[in-house]
Amino acid sequence: MKKYVCDVCGYVYDPAEGDPDSNIPPGTAFEDLPDDYECPVCGVGKEDFSPEE
Amino acid sequence: MTDCYQPVKITNSVYWVGAIDWDIRDFHGYSVNRGTTYNAYLVVSDKIVLIDTVKESFTEEMMSRISKVVEPRKIDYIVSNHSEMDHSGALPVVASHINPDRIFASKMGVKALKQHFPDQDIPVEEIQNNQTLDLGGKTLRFIETRMLHWPDSMFTWLPEEKVLFSQDAFGLHLATAERFADQVRPTVVYREMAKYYANILMPYSHLVSRLLDSVRKMDLKIDIIANDHGPVFRRDIANLLSWYQTWAEQAPTPRAVIIYDTMWGSTKTMANIIAEGIYAGGGEPAPMPLSGVHRSDVARELLQSGGLIVGSPTLNNNIFPTVADVMCYLKGLQRKNLVGAVFGSYGWSGEAVGHMKSMLEEMKVEIIGEQKIQYVPGADEQRTCYDLGFSIGNRLSQNRR
Repeated sequence: MKKYVCDVCGYVYDPAEGDPDSNIPPGTAFEDLPDDYECPVCGVGKEDFSPEE
Repeated sequence: MTDCYQPVKITNSVYWVGAIDWDIRDFHGYSVNRGTTYNAYLVVSDKIVLIDTVKESFTEEMMSRISKVVEPRKIDYIVSNHSEMDHSGALPVVASHINPDRIFASKMGVKALKQHFPDQDIPVEEIQNNQTLDLGGKTLRFIETRMLHWPDSMFTWLPEEKVLFSQDAFGLHLATAERFADQVRPTVVYREMAKYYANILMPYSHLVSRLLDSVRKMDLKIDIIANDHGPVFRRDIANLLSWYQTWAEQAPTPRAVIIYDTMWGSTKTMANIIAEGIYAGGGEPAPMPLSGVHRSDVARELLQSGGLIVGSPTLNNNIFPTVADVMCYLKGLQRKNLVGAVFGSYGWSGEAVGHMKSMLEEMKVEIIGEQKIQYVPGADEQRTCYDLGFSIGNRLSQNRR
């Protein structure tokens, strides 16, 4: 599963860790995050994330 | 408490009650050579609302202005559009003094305010995007503008009087006794607006474009833009929006910013000759010697450029410190659509040019030339610099519209 980086603030979503602040359990692929998922740091939506190079 | 400070009436129900900072020159590394203001506003309806506050040290000035409009304890609500300390610094003191019924901020704003004032229990409530607040006869509507330019940022709109409280968006660092932009020389307003955009908003340009689109779709009627810094706009709003539209597009222009520093004059000579070549080739050179030009002025120039040409001597196997400073700063501002070149004189090792090239590559600047000269450039080497400049100018001339 690929990591995704927030284009706006640089936060990295790591599927292995999930996002405990947003109640996303470890092992959740970025693609499986809900449509209204928001970056826990800056609050922008999924459309502002890109796969980590 | 002093009673020397006066409020300024903006509309029938809106008053400016902020503070003027004539004294400041360094705003977290941004040179504000004309000072700034911290704008706070009172909306007076059946309910009375204070929108944003000021930097903590200006609390008394703000309270003095508020007192000329209403008895401060009659304020019902405080709205925090932006948590940065030049707008929230006075909040804890003001909140305890005024004791309002409710304090509102965006979701991220609630989080940020709690982290700014960790030991003070300010009762901030979250307000949803697009939610309205009835003031009895007047309404406030809240529009989140995340990352413009902080996670917490939000607009507050007063539809009955078509006032947009835009926090740092459409701001400018400019201290004036006049409260409206149309009372100030237009060239000064334009220049300071551009400088503010370049230094504060440029990295978020794609979000600015998106926001302008959604403002158009929402059909927000705006007669007045009440920003958080500098004079308020009550005329030419469409003009203002079109400046932002243009800056957000980051289209390249024929201008080439040439930043450089020099030790014994050789890198300066190279810069001068490259500038000659750029002009001859059809570009517009803008040399900026970093011995005297501030990084935030370089950012302003770069906003309206198409080329970034960087010159540095090699000092102790490295880039000259002033050049490294500005490059580090510009990297963060992420100006898109640039071509670039690097040059410099060196004594024996000459690493600076290579380092600058890697920096430009990291910034995703398309590199179209480099020139490294040992010690002092002679006639042949000067001709090479001229040719480099000419080819840069030629390339940039394609950006002429």
